[in-house]
Amino acid sequence: MNVAQNAGLHRYTLPNGLRVVLAPDSTTPVVGVSVHYDVGFRSEPEGRTGFAHLFEHLMFQGSESLEKLAHFRHVQSSGGTFNGSTHPDYTDYFEVLPSAGLERALFLEADRMRAPKITEENLRNQVDVVKEEIRLNVLNRPYGGFPWILLPPVLYTTFPNAHNGYGDFTELEQASLDDCAAFFDSYYAPGNAVLTVAGDLDVDNAMALIERHFGDVPARPVPQRPSFAEPPPAGEVRGEHADPHAPLPALAVGYRVPDPVSELDGYLAHLVLASVLADGDGSRLQQRLVHREPLVTDVSAGCGLFGPFEARDPDTFTVTAVHAPDVTPERVLGALDEELDKLAGEPPSTEELAKVTGRWASMLHKEHDRITSRTLGLGASELLYGKPELLYELPGRMSTVTAEAVSVAAKSLRPDSRAVLTITPAGGAA
Amino acid sequence: MTHRTAEEIGRTETGPRPLPPLGVQRPPTGLSHVDTVLGSGLRVIAVRAATVPMVELRLRIPFAGTDSRHSALSEVLAETLLTGTERRDRIAVDTDLALVGSELDVNVDPERLALGGSVLASGLDTLLEVLADALTGAAYRPDEVARERDRLVERIAMARSQPSVIAREALQKQRYGDHPFTREMPEASDVAAVVADDVRALHRKAVLPKGSVLVLVGDVDPDAVVSTVDTALSGWRSDASALELPALPEVAGGDLLVVQRPGAVQSQLRLSAQAVPRTDARYPALQLANLTFGGFFSSRLVENIREDKGYTYHARSYLEFTPSGATLLIDADTASEVTAAALWEMRYELGRLGLVPPDGVEVDTVRQYAIGSLLTGLASQGGLASHLAALAPLGLGVGWLAAHPERLRAVTGEQVAEAALEFFAPTKFTGVVVGDADKLSGLRGLGGVVLP
Repeated sequence: MNVAQNAGLHRYTLPNGLRVVLAPDSTTPVVGVSVHYDVGFRSEPEGRTGFAHLFEHLMFQGSESLEKLAHFRHVQSSGGTFNGSTHPDYTDYFEVLPSAGLERALFLEADRMRAPKITEENLRNQVDVVKEEIRLNVLNRPYGGFPWILLPPVLYTTFPNAHNGYGDFTELEQASLDDCAAFFDSYYAPGNAVLTVAGDLDVDNAMALIERHFGDVPARPVPQRPSFAEPPPAGEVRGEHADPHAPLPALAVGYRVPDPVSELDGYLAHLVLASVLADGDGSRLQQRLVHREPLVTDVSAGCGLFGPFEARDPDTFTVTAVHAPDVTPERVLGALDEELDKLAGEPPSTEELAKVTGRWASMLHKEHDRITSRTLGLGASELLYGKPELLYELPGRMSTVTAEAVSVAAKSLRPDSRAVLTITPAGGAA
Repeated sequence: MTHRTAEEIGRTETGPRPLPPLGVQRPPTGLSHVDTVLGSGLRVIAVRAATVPMVELRLRIPFAGTDSRHSALSEVLAETLLTGTERRDRIAVDTDLALVGSELDVNVDPERLALGGSVLASGLDTLLEVLADALTGAAYRPDEVARERDRLVERIAMARSQPSVIAREALQKQRYGDHPFTREMPEASDVAAVVADDVRALHRKAVLPKGSVLVLVGDVDPDAVVSTVDTALSGWRSDASALELPALPEVAGGDLLVVQRPGAVQSQLRLSAQAVPRTDARYPALQLANLTFGGFFSSRLVENIREDKGYTYHARSYLEFTPSGATLLIDADTASEVTAAALWEMRYELGRLGLVPPDGVEVDTVRQYAIGSLLTGLASQGGLASHLAALAPLGLGVGWLAAHPERLRAVTGEQVAEAALEFFAPTKFTGVVVGDADKLSGLRGLGGVVLP
């Protein structure tokens, strides 16, 4: 086995194609295990919106060696916690446990990679559960799906990029067992996945356990990854959403950003720009829009609809704000454009950049300290970049972003190529 | 591309495999710590956990008040505490913190004012200096107070449009009537009347070291950091003590109140009963009984109403602690059509917990989960700091945390059964259902529910 070592990480590939990342660290007696599959909601078929997420639920419903409910019980009776989540370009599953539970977690992940047991009864049950999840997070609350569900159909035109990843109730109800089988066989091959183990582990022992449990998962064809590229909007495109629960109007502005994988430096410059604009009381938009003028109650800016480093190209830069009813969206947009123009004309100060660098360094240390986010971050870096150590290099990379690069990023966020989504309170109902 | 059937996918030639046993668990290394009270009366808990070059900070100041405007005043105070001092304006506070990679947040509830944050270990002195500056010299400039007051009014409107907030406010009223503990969110009209002088007066009267606790966890030498804190906060002094919330009345069982929310597609079920705090001998058994009922995913409630019946995405039961006691809470959000059925199953599981208490396997599962999740919860600086801050008002600290796994191991099945019968009897619960009452007529058939 060819094991590459870098930054304390061990990285290799099993004969069946499964990529493995090991990150030993014995400071605490706990271990994290995750599997990332290279399929997210951008890959789900037309007519089956929400399917990737529904399928994530089904992966917890039993496998050849595990009855329904057994997965949860085995993780929790080992003292562990678990979860899964569906992103635009990948789906992840994880367990975090006292390190005595390492082999169990590997067994559980291998069993469902090899032979998940998907039944009609569990499918119908999980359609109901997912519908409750959507009622809870979208339909029954103010600003549900803002902006992650509502902005993409304004900014993008193709189905993979524009559709609702939570799914339409009618389409969820139409999901069949055969859809599940086709999805699993297409996308859940070991060669389309990354296994990450981080924390209190012995490398030789972990490699032996991984061989024992994953070694005989049969290799299957790995799908060709499609390009989801589409041109940026040719003008300013507008969308409106009437929210029956929202007490105040809101808007989201979406721009396209450089390819997060092939143009990482440009992408990082946009991340720094987002912080210069909206992180902390001293940031440009907080100062002006929240305190000086003031036009908005809250404003935020960032890369990625769920955060950075969660998607390949195309990815989105968003600015969102909640504002008083007597403030028009045009005033907020006008102020945003002025601030972007200022930064395009004159780069941010050294101190502004030092503030961003300091807070990013802290945030990345904190994520590293939480074993769940460390494990998932390493797995996502391997999956998207083929380079798990990127996670450790980010603070350094962020600190080398120049003021000029931030200026260039500000210049690229043009009013004639963006999406503007406005939320209008349509209540009556509290 | 052709693919296998679901049935073919779920089978291999070799068939099902046995679950591997657990390995040998390495115990956590002991925590080097100091737990002391400074001359000012401030308790300081400092713990070395050098996993990353960071320090987590939690400051808890008891912050009760009986004045009917206390909630409004304290919310404005929390929003403006870090917006400037004699020496720094709002932007300087943010800049000084950001340059050392620090975040610091303030929030307040009827029980305490809480500051929480983190910093690169190399910048701890700066964080302590900014903190001391705010504690002893927050300026509450009229323009900052006016702006935060206006934002707060908007945020209150936002919060009160959230079904979870509507449910929480209704539950507090149902449990405690008009007790100050229920005033978790002020009335917008009270907030609008707050002026800077009010906030300054409250700060002088209530932001006090005596009775408060500061927790620091991270890449520090505990002895050295305590003396650093002593010096940095030397100006924060008073003879008066921070004010603890008066003891709460016991929660009495009774009918659930239905709160009308027209147009809702989902209902919030919120039930509550009296429990006992961590210092009670029955607590470890109660903790295990609660896990069995609804305290984790593999609980009876979640397996029934989510995994079997699909009534909910989110259901759980948990303990809520105040300095004087504890209560049990049960939460579930369900579609309007199945709300009555979900409540029925909830009551069934409450009754069953006492009558058919957990068997040996169930008790072992919850015991392992309680011990293991404590271990993983304490494995990060932030997790450890938050646990310690939560224990501190009871006078507990690192020693209690370290001994808790042993306490859980000692609980017998009989003790869990006793706790189940004592604390989970259906008649001990009261609560609320928030939803579209026109779609909830099924509740009438169940009884024990008051509809509008």
